[in-house]
Amino acid sequence: MKRRELFQTLAPHGLHSPKLGPKGLSREEAQALASRIMELSAANETQVNISSGWRGNTRFAVNRITTAGTSDNVSATVTARFGQRSASATTNRFDEASLAEVVKSAADLARLAPENPELMPLLDAQNYIPSQGYYDSTADLDAAVRGEVGASAIRLAKEAGDLKAAGFLDCRAGASALANSAGLFAYQPATSLDYSLTVRTDDGTGSGWAGRGARDWGTVPYDALHRIAVDKAQLSRSPRSLEPGTYTVVLEPQAVADLIGLLAGSLDARRADEGRSAFSATGGGTRVGEQIVDSRITLRSDPQGLGSTPWAGDGMPLEPVTWVEDGVLRNLYYNRFWADKQGAKPTGTPGSLRMSGEDNSLEDLIRGTRRGVLVTRLWYIRNIDPRTILYTGLTRDGNFLIEDGRVVHPVNNFRWNDSPLFALSKLEAMSRPVRVRANREVPAVRVGEFTFSSVSEAV
Amino acid sequence: MERRDFVKSTALAAGGVAIARPIVGRSLGSKLAPPPEVDASAKELLLEALDAATSAGAEYADAKVGLYRNQRIGTREQQITRVNESSSLGLGVRALVNGSWGFAATPELTREAATRAGREAAAIGKANSAVERSGVRLAPVESYGDVSWTSDYEIDPWDVPIGEKVDRMLEMNRIAMEADHVRFVSSSHHFVKVEKTIATTDGTVATQTLIRNNPGMSITAISDDNSDFQTRNWVTYPAARGYEYVLQEITPEKVEQWAAEAVQKLSADGVEPGKHNLILHPTHLWLTIHESIGHPTELDRAKGYEANYAGTSFLAPPSKVLNQFRYGPDFMQLEAERTAPGGLASVGWDAEGVKADRWMMIKDGIFVDYQTTREQVDWISEYTGVKHSHGCAHSDSWSSIPFQRMPNMNLLPGEEDLSVDDLIAATDDGIYMEGRSSYSIDQQRYNFQFSGQAAWEVKGGKKTRMLRDVAYQATTEDFWNSMDMIGGPSTYVTYGSFYDGKGQPGQSNPVSHGCPVARFHQVNVLNTGRSG
Repeated sequence: MKRRELFQTLAPHGLHSPKLGPKGLSREEAQALASRIMELSAANETQVNISSGWRGNTRFAVNRITTAGTSDNVSATVTARFGQRSASATTNRFDEASLAEVVKSAADLARLAPENPELMPLLDAQNYIPSQGYYDSTADLDAAVRGEVGASAIRLAKEAGDLKAAGFLDCRAGASALANSAGLFAYQPATSLDYSLTVRTDDGTGSGWAGRGARDWGTVPYDALHRIAVDKAQLSRSPRSLEPGTYTVVLEPQAVADLIGLLAGSLDARRADEGRSAFSATGGGTRVGEQIVDSRITLRSDPQGLGSTPWAGDGMPLEPVTWVEDGVLRNLYYNRFWADKQGAKPTGTPGSLRMSGEDNSLEDLIRGTRRGVLVTRLWYIRNIDPRTILYTGLTRDGNFLIEDGRVVHPVNNFRWNDSPLFALSKLEAMSRPVRVRANREVPAVRVGEFTFSSVSEAV
Repeated sequence: MERRDFVKSTALAAGGVAIARPIVGRSLGSKLAPPPEVDASAKELLLEALDAATSAGAEYADAKVGLYRNQRIGTREQQITRVNESSSLGLGVRALVNGSWGFAATPELTREAATRAGREAAAIGKANSAVERSGVRLAPVESYGDVSWTSDYEIDPWDVPIGEKVDRMLEMNRIAMEADHVRFVSSSHHFVKVEKTIATTDGTVATQTLIRNNPGMSITAISDDNSDFQTRNWVTYPAARGYEYVLQEITPEKVEQWAAEAVQKLSADGVEPGKHNLILHPTHLWLTIHESIGHPTELDRAKGYEANYAGTSFLAPPSKVLNQFRYGPDFMQLEAERTAPGGLASVGWDAEGVKADRWMMIKDGIFVDYQTTREQVDWISEYTGVKHSHGCAHSDSWSSIPFQRMPNMNLLPGEEDLSVDDLIAATDDGIYMEGRSSYSIDQQRYNFQFSGQAAWEVKGGKKTRMLRDVAYQATTEDFWNSMDMIGGPSTYVTYGSFYDGKGQPGQSNPVSHGCPVARFHQVNVLNTGRSG
């Protein structure tokens, strides 16, 4: 049977009709597919995770559209359980034979797997705080529109004479669903996009970047982003040399988003309890309740606020969680097993992050700087020491010296070695938060000390 | 044609069936798997897609249909954390129209869907050419007709029962946990099997089977008072081999040694920062080669095509560096290939129907050639004299666009067969390092900082105490030109990366790097221990 026919038998209306509704499976289609899989399953308990949707992207470089493509797909992961034994199998084929096969594969693997004492019972039906994350503005971005966005960036670069634009517009629209044999069903349509642009000078000495991630294309000021990248390319031309060392820095929001991600990635309660985390206390226990960064910083997960899926992979409801409040570590991430063992409340992993800010603009942060470096973005960030969340990385696409409250000239890039814990303890000021990615909203910050360990001659 | 018929006729059956099969070819040195049959129904579907693209105006098109299977197993200590088997099947078409590319992919394997995808790819190419002409010109390629190829493996991982794999993982975990202070161990397997057929309008239909695997283990020791923890990680590296590779790479003796090293790191002395001579074992050096030679020699990077994400290259423009730039000393020879048995980037034919190639990139220390696809040949042939593609086009799934990806790139051993011990014996003062750890390099692949899994002081020609928190930082040019000793053929080993990222949308490419041990003169070493 063809897939299209299969879905016609499952649901009254057809697949993928962008003008009629969301791309990806409808709630009814997802429910029908999940039910059919559970019917076929011989496991004691079964869970089905479905992802479905469309992806369209356009890429440009050296002032030309270089590639563009579109694809759509539906995949289902079947998790079979026999007591404490569990395994999963994933397929993107939905004829009856393939469904029978994926169900059998999951069950066969589960029977052969050893018991997992940490496997938690399936959740039954849950209530979720609704989250709106689907926007037609993103789902309708076809190749012609995407191409025109790229073309307008290219035009602006060409007008300047000796600039080359390279960029990428990537859009997704679809729906995910989760069902299990304990009676749970969850469904969430979502869109997301990333748009970024790098403009380089033909002499290879200047490079500027601007970008944004969002769920709603309508919120992306792409003309303004084009202007920023072009201006930065021109302003960053022929950087002067600056010695490595410890500097006051103004980090733009995309750099802060990276640093905050490093901190969030270290919030695992189990690792802290086990003594292998920056948040392990010497002698045992965790550092919850200790001040870890400047007292103006609050960091929380806000799935509903950012239009993210309001449930985790096992169906657990995701609600706002405050990780850091007024600089104090308030919560660590607990999965259901570890929460149960430690008598704590389970949380989702620290995603959909929002960091507090202050009532300043980026320009205000620059104006308040006596001498420092304005950093556009960070690159190639890699862990050095998990005991302190120490990382290394580089600056890229626009590094400028600030003196007496204004940008005076471009400077070379640097390699940096630092930790979000160190840097955010030396906080001087923050801007208003900016949505830099679909799932992250952070301010620009000025911090008093940031360690540039060597010069990076790369542009 | 109906999807089920396609699946049946191509015998591309998904997982689950295989695990009941008896294990064949278990002993090392047994016969390798034969190449697959050229798939008639896949070919029919692909020709349909190519016809649709050319009818819609494409001057060139390629299409692939592929089944991509992954098996992932995770354990920690004495328990299982993950068992997943996944398969994904679909068709992708790329069309060149008026010198611009378009691409479309579909999971539907029907004539109608193939036709639709072919037309859509051409329509996107046409839309892009209207915006700004790309002017793509493809180098000629031979028409190979119907051909097939398989990677080099003895035991198909899907022929080994899951229970057998897990039992062995838990046994290795148990051995590691026997060491004092070792409190946590995790281990993982990731097996990949790709069965794909590509067809091009230049007359090649290539059916290929590729198997690869990535065994991993991480061992953590904790100090008595909880104030410190150290991990021995990256104990081995992936290869395009079957399950026999796991049996060879993860053995009780090796696990005991890795566990001992994790514990030793707790009490090791911090390194004294400053200039040191470095002796780098192949378990470490392969990644330095990958980052500082592999990526900057990608021609699309050098020409600005990756500027918005991965970056550009210090090794540019081609006219000023080809046959001129000194990468390293006279004895430095670096080859690229997609032909080595077990090499993660080895193939029979690339995504554009170019037969796997082998060529020199650094000759006597001088940079002489880049990595190329068909559209890139023209960009540098006047400097290299090479008129054919080196066959570096690759896409990581049926739904992704082919583009230039790294071949296997190998630093060739010296003529004299010097051993690791010979290099240590010849060093009065230095540091010997094994294993990859943290690695970071700038967007033009010039300034880098790498660290290893285990390091020891070398004094008076002997390996002495263990050191920790060792990282070295250098520029690509200074570093390779400081190479002053190289090991011989007996120290040459191939390691590699399973998930090398590049492109937008991001694609993952497996790639191998062979190298001997080598010594580097007076490199800047940092101590990355706790501070602040």
